[in-house]
Amino acid sequence: MMHPSHAPHAHAATSVSRVMWLVIAALVPATLFSIWLNGWPALLLWLVTVGSAVIAEFFCLRFAQRPAAPVLADGSAVLTGWLLALSLPAWAPWWIGALGSVFAVVVVKQAFGGLGQNLFNPAMMARAMLLIAFPVELTTWMQPAPLFSADALSLSQSFALTFLGQMPSSFDALSGATTLGHIKTELTREISVTQALAGHGQSMSASLFGLHGGSLGETAVLLLAAGGVALIVLRVITWHIPLAVLAGVALPALLLHAHDPARYLDATTHLLSGGLVLGAFFIATDPVTSPGTPRGQLVFGFGVGLLTWLIRTYGGYPEAIAFAVILMNALVPVIDRYVRPRIYGHEKQRRAKPAKGGA
Amino acid sequence: MIAVMSLTALGLALGLGLGLAARFLRVEQDDGLASEIEAMLPGSQCGQCGFPGCAPAAAALAAGNAPVTLCPPGGRELVRLLADKLGVEADVSGMKESAPMLAAVAEDLCIGCTKCFRVCPTDAVVGAPKQIHNVLREACTGCGKCVDVCPTMAVSMTPMPVTLQSWTWHKPACAA
Amino acid sequence: MQPDPSAQNASAFRPPLGVALLKRFMPRWGVHPESRKQPSSAQGIESLPLPAMLHIPLLQHSGAAAKPVVSVGQHVLKGELIGARQGNISAPVHAPTSGTIVAISDYPAPHPSGLAVLTISLQPDGEERWTECTTADDPFSLTPAEIAERVAAAGVVGLGGATFPSSVKMLLGQRSKVHTLLVNGSECEPYLSCDDRLMRERAAQIVEGIRIVLHAVGASRALCGIENNKPAAIEAMRQAATAFPQIEIHALPTLYPMGSDRQLIHVLTGQEVPSDGRSADVGVLVHNVGTLYAIQQAVRFGRPLISRVVTVAGGALGKARNLEALIGTPARLLVEHCGGLREPLVRLLMGGPMMGMQLPSLDAPVIKGCSGILALAANEIPQEQPSPCIRCGQCVTACPMSLMPFEMSAHIRIGELDAAQGLKDCISCGSCSYVCPAHIPLSHYFDYAKGELTARERGKLRQESIRQLTGARKERLEAEAREKAEAAARRKAERERAKAATAQGKSA
Repeated sequence: MMHPSHAPHAHAATSVSRVMWLVIAALVPATLFSIWLNGWPALLLWLVTVGSAVIAEFFCLRFAQRPAAPVLADGSAVLTGWLLALSLPAWAPWWIGALGSVFAVVVVKQAFGGLGQNLFNPAMMARAMLLIAFPVELTTWMQPAPLFSADALSLSQSFALTFLGQMPSSFDALSGATTLGHIKTELTREISVTQALAGHGQSMSASLFGLHGGSLGETAVLLLAAGGVALIVLRVITWHIPLAVLAGVALPALLLHAHDPARYLDATTHLLSGGLVLGAFFIATDPVTSPGTPRGQLVFGFGVGLLTWLIRTYGGYPEAIAFAVILMNALVPVIDRYVRPRIYGHEKQRRAKPAKGGA
Repeated sequence: MIAVMSLTALGLALGLGLGLAARFLRVEQDDGLASEIEAMLPGSQCGQCGFPGCAPAAAALAAGNAPVTLCPPGGRELVRLLADKLGVEADVSGMKESAPMLAAVAEDLCIGCTKCFRVCPTDAVVGAPKQIHNVLREACTGCGKCVDVCPTMAVSMTPMPVTLQSWTWHKPACAA
Repeated sequence: MQPDPSAQNASAFRPPLGVALLKRFMPRWGVHPESRKQPSSAQGIESLPLPAMLHIPLLQHSGAAAKPVVSVGQHVLKGELIGARQGNISAPVHAPTSGTIVAISDYPAPHPSGLAVLTISLQPDGEERWTECTTADDPFSLTPAEIAERVAAAGVVGLGGATFPSSVKMLLGQRSKVHTLLVNGSECEPYLSCDDRLMRERAAQIVEGIRIVLHAVGASRALCGIENNKPAAIEAMRQAATAFPQIEIHALPTLYPMGSDRQLIHVLTGQEVPSDGRSADVGVLVHNVGTLYAIQQAVRFGRPLISRVVTVAGGALGKARNLEALIGTPARLLVEHCGGLREPLVRLLMGGPMMGMQLPSLDAPVIKGCSGILALAANEIPQEQPSPCIRCGQCVTACPMSLMPFEMSAHIRIGELDAAQGLKDCISCGSCSYVCPAHIPLSHYFDYAKGELTARERGKLRQESIRQLTGARKERLEAEAREKAEAAARRKAERERAKAATAQGKSA
């Protein structure tokens, strides 16, 4: 006899693939802008990174003798590749993207058992690996040369750049550091933050609109934030993690900047640079590698933010979000174990905390 | 050279330590284990496990010579308890198929010989000489001793019926 | 009506009654399933024509089954007792109409298992002749004990779906100083509108039922919660309750599972029922509006519970309606009365889609707890296969009991049933399964685990009793052997004494 079906006999109009594709959709405007800003090489790099993530996923599923089509259709491999592409310098050679994607999908995700099983965020693990293994390629930033502008590379030049590593001779002068990288360097030369910022000459509006050098997803802060807010409105993600991440960076930055402006960077610059918005809305919110409870997500997010600020301020890597996310990923099982909601009708396990997250 | 030697020395020292520990800190085989296990077994001495009674079965379990699934009257619950006690993996999947069995007396065949209730280890068969016997469901362990002694083949083993009260949901079958 | 704001500060931990306004408008749990109440809620309650045969199961309530007190071939009158309660928690069943008992036998239960349950089959004679009923012109002159007895004798059980005998609940309320009666008119399940129609059409009777229960348990006030998607019902109830200041009608946000006892108590009173307690522990008693109507009918008119309003709906159906059906009417008749099946019937449900049970066939009879018969078509049923959990936490947000369903199901899947924290607190509302983007049957996992744990508990008890029986037998055998040995020794001694006596006699 067939087993009877268990209630509920209704289901919300949602699915894993809907969640993934909505996140991807929210990334589209920022991605298009970045590609326009950085020219053809950015598009080529993006194609290579996403493509190799999908291909790697396909071969892993083949190897595990699982049907590939439904898993590929859920969009998680595309999203992993996409996020990685957004965290790479636009003019990085093709093999950086390909290697990162393969590492993310094969080692970080599929080796742990595939979607839902991985402990660490694949895209961020890949970026961290690349940053440590290939520091030069990962920190060579170009001044943006938007498509159709006079400086822009032609398509053939772009192919040569991305796939053959041939740098057009006229572009040597255009390389420039990101804000955070620049300040880091200047600080080591005992130049104060204020002077360094002035010397870098990047305006606030340039940061907001992304008209500066950096990785693909580091630039279009406004578009990324808009996409993130859209995701919150559509209930794909909740507000807890993004808000906590931003707060985790902004609070210490505010306090210490007020204390010593020459030594500590201000909160606004922190928030607008280094891919923080991308990280807060799209990377730290990866459901698989973040806690499952709202309060746990607040703890996790604040931890990511705080670590980001710490690494940026005292550590060696200016783009700290990848490391912060990975470190907090490792803590997720602990957070899920200790930060759990109080079950209805049970007394509070520990002494009652103030209202936050109560009820 | 120094490295090789120091590592060798380290290995030897640790190996020696482990060997000594194994010799001096060995946990004595607990003779109480068999009696503890015997206390967990139904104690009906039915012999379905192939051992002459519950005590020999417990001894075999303690010595690791018998599977934890040996006792049909104990059911899945006992398997789980035994597996916990002995620290082994219990494979209850094989047992799941066989629902607990109960003895039933066919009234038209029973001659009231009292043989069955004399062998019943739990006094689950009630009746009197020359009267039709009956089986108390709550007390029957399904050991089957009564089936063996019945001269008229009136006793048979039937699976315990599932009722609305005892019915439970199946385990969802899914990859997730 | 208006809560005192200062009271909240005074005791933040256990706010007094009525200060839960904030909580009422901002519950942090729940889901919003598509309501789909429209087609049936617009239709007035209709009575169903007398069926040709009624099948009345003797187990329609939680607790022990009723015991048949009629015999095959016997003629019974409408409302006559045919199954008596046995045990403390049980409810009697009555003949829904006058007619002849044609069978007392096993019949498929209206239950997903399709297992048989002892059922009385009644062939109506079409005369609808009532048995004599004890009416009460003034129900408020009755003592609480008398009211409880009448409710018990009428076989009234919770009609919201839990089917717990109402009189037992009332007696419990009398004993534990209940101060507030909560009237559950939330009807949060999609499709269902039987309570909505009942409130619109029979508000006066419901309000009298509320007053009867208030009188019977000695409670001072009643809070009636109705979801704000039923404005007509709220209005009707407000009108009916205007003369009675002790009855407050509250509009609640439309949120599933608002109709669950514990959630309703929390939203209306701000209090939480302790995990191992009952609602009476926080001084409240919850009754469904349908139950209160049945109580009023039982106490004032002495009418036993022999019919109920059933929502018949679903995409496979011709026309959705609310029918007042006799207990024991086969689902098939209700479906036929609603225009039959328009589309292939893919799943037949008793109750709502969130917590309802699948019925094995259209022959299943209407029982006391049957709030709806839903004939669902293919497009109304979730079809997607489960995929791995992505730990998104939607289930945690949806859970009205603040559990962590994704973690619990992961434990249960690998057999660690004891590691699933809060399994005992799960109310099986299905909110977690409903929102899960991976389509994991979470609430199915929990019901499986609950059943498995109960079975284990039962197995353990059985094991224990068998061991005791074995011990008892051993003692008995030993005692018998000892007695035999003693008796033998006695006889031997007697014989020897006798022998010695004769020897003495001879020698003398």
